[in-house]
Amino acid sequence: MGITFRKETFRDDFTFRNSPEHIRRFPFPFHEDAYMYAVNIEPHVVGSRGSVLENLIDVDEHYVAEMQDRALVLAEDPLRCQSLPHMTLAGWDLLELLMEQQALGYPEHFTLTRDGDRWRWINRPLGIDDTFTFGDTSTLPYGPMEYITRQSQGDFCILDQRDGNLWMDAGMVTTQADWSLDFDIGMNFFEWHAPVPLAHEKGIFVRALKFLTNIQQGKPARRLNWTMTINPRLDTSPENYHKWGPDRATVTPENVGDKVHLRVELQSFWRLPRSNGIVFPIRCYLIKMDELVTQPKWARRLHRVIRDLPDELANYKGLTRYRPALVEWLSKLDDGSATSPGFGPD
Amino acid sequence: MSIGTTKLDVVVSDVVPVNDLVTRFHFRRRDGELLPIFSGGAHVVVEMRDGERTRLNPYSLMGSPLDTREYTISVRRDDVGRGGSLFMHRHVRPGMEMVVSYPVNLFSLDLRARKHLMLAGGIGITPFMAQTAQLAAEGGNFELHYTCRTASLGTYADVLRERYGRRIRLYHDDREERIELDRLLSTQPLGTHLYVCGPAGMINWVRDRAASLGWPTETVHFEHFAAPQPGLPFDVTLAVSAKTIRVDEQQSLLEAIEAAGVDPPYLCRGGVCGQCETNVISSDGRFIHNDHWLSEEEHRSGKKIMPCVSRFEGRSLVLER
Repeated sequence: MGITFRKETFRDDFTFRNSPEHIRRFPFPFHEDAYMYAVNIEPHVVGSRGSVLENLIDVDEHYVAEMQDRALVLAEDPLRCQSLPHMTLAGWDLLELLMEQQALGYPEHFTLTRDGDRWRWINRPLGIDDTFTFGDTSTLPYGPMEYITRQSQGDFCILDQRDGNLWMDAGMVTTQADWSLDFDIGMNFFEWHAPVPLAHEKGIFVRALKFLTNIQQGKPARRLNWTMTINPRLDTSPENYHKWGPDRATVTPENVGDKVHLRVELQSFWRLPRSNGIVFPIRCYLIKMDELVTQPKWARRLHRVIRDLPDELANYKGLTRYRPALVEWLSKLDDGSATSPGFGPD
Repeated sequence: MSIGTTKLDVVVSDVVPVNDLVTRFHFRRRDGELLPIFSGGAHVVVEMRDGERTRLNPYSLMGSPLDTREYTISVRRDDVGRGGSLFMHRHVRPGMEMVVSYPVNLFSLDLRARKHLMLAGGIGITPFMAQTAQLAAEGGNFELHYTCRTASLGTYADVLRERYGRRIRLYHDDREERIELDRLLSTQPLGTHLYVCGPAGMINWVRDRAASLGWPTETVHFEHFAAPQPGLPFDVTLAVSAKTIRVDEQQSLLEAIEAAGVDPPYLCRGGVCGQCETNVISSDGRFIHNDHWLSEEEHRSGKKIMPCVSRFEGRSLVLER
């Protein structure tokens, strides 16, 4: 058994697709026919078989292609991966977490063996078999955070906790929805959230920070966030805005189904044991409209959500330009009938 | 959503008297696995089944964070306290099965520090046992100043001196030895962080002097668990759960709420972490606030209480629980 990894691209010819099984496991983020910010945090516990929550760190059919795309981004721009000097210990914490979770969830693809500080890591999909000394950076080809996040889907921010705040002091960020680690590095929780509209007035960040600073070891938490992306491009960074920004002007009524993608982030929050830091994996899932509307409930619900979205949010998420075309296209798939409660397809 | 800690089923693997007041307890996992790794400065909450009562007391982990075959805590006997330390000293024996929380760190090292300057008073030495072990393993730069009543009550002073030599400075009250605090604080290299754990008077003294001498507040760290104080019994109405309860003399408000079958979130049970913060719906009487979490303004407002350490005297108190 095991996963069949797809050969596909997230740039140029954009051959990224979801298999039918992956369409059904897509983490659709709307549990009702409307969307507004909420502190929608819940315990990050294992979910049902076949869902993206079957394992706490999810590996899917896009793994190999995503890791290749990450390597291309880093070759062009090494500042997508940064770790301030005091964050090396947290990097080892993260290496342990990701190796343990991937080996636990996918033993046919990953194996971790430990003999005291002497560790052997086998990553079969990427053809890696390394033996190293835990805690000794000189025994790995990269720093511990960079080493393991070149082999793990999703972006990773490591937050230092001090002075009652969280500080963005390390990260690997190449699959982001228009934000920049190089810009945010060293900022605290309120500083890096400053651009988000509406949420400050609702006091959401004060409550969210209080929650996050109390995240306990062995009790990770999660939330979903979403936006939309034109073409299945993982790297929608401010640094590369000139490459993807203009794509938004290319949406026509004819190509909505192929070009417009719902982009969902499964964000989780984990206390790191040695450093007392927090790691914040941001796992990005993409699905094109043609794939999404194969589930009629999702088509109806997404139509209503996008149609009724407050303008500030539509602007912040960058949808304004193509929203009319998208709503028009989705409206043809919405017969007005009720949608069942919950996230999943019918 | 309640975010209390995950629990660990442990067995007491050893009980070692250290001196007239302090006893050390060792715990291992009942399933033989390793315990979770922790960071220096972390504590666990130990659950004690004392007859009808459940006591939950926080204690700093004092072993090396690198060795998680066992957790060790040191408990100072408090003959006039509410009984948790007496329970540990009198009833806990090797082989006993107990439950402790996952580690929680509210007194973390700032890993940006170029130097860690540590000041300990009495049993306040325990978090530094783990922090010095962590720093020593990484080649960290630290210096520990430890004040105790007498040499025989200088818990682990000998161990520390043997491990770290001149990086440990001892001060004995009975020999009139005192930390020359102003000189110490005035002669540190840039980038030094200051850590203090000990009696409230010592913590306040160090914080005050550091502030006067221009230390930025972000560089001064302190661990200050308040033990819940006994007091007069009082009645409380829990509006959400529609219950009226009595808080006994030796019981904390949080313990009384839990005894009634209501489970507010908690982490430290010492007035520090903020988890059990509770809204007051109405009150007629006087609050006795003992926490370090709420602001003075919030204390005066009568709108909030930290039930882990604070009490009430008066006619009626209605809480949003």
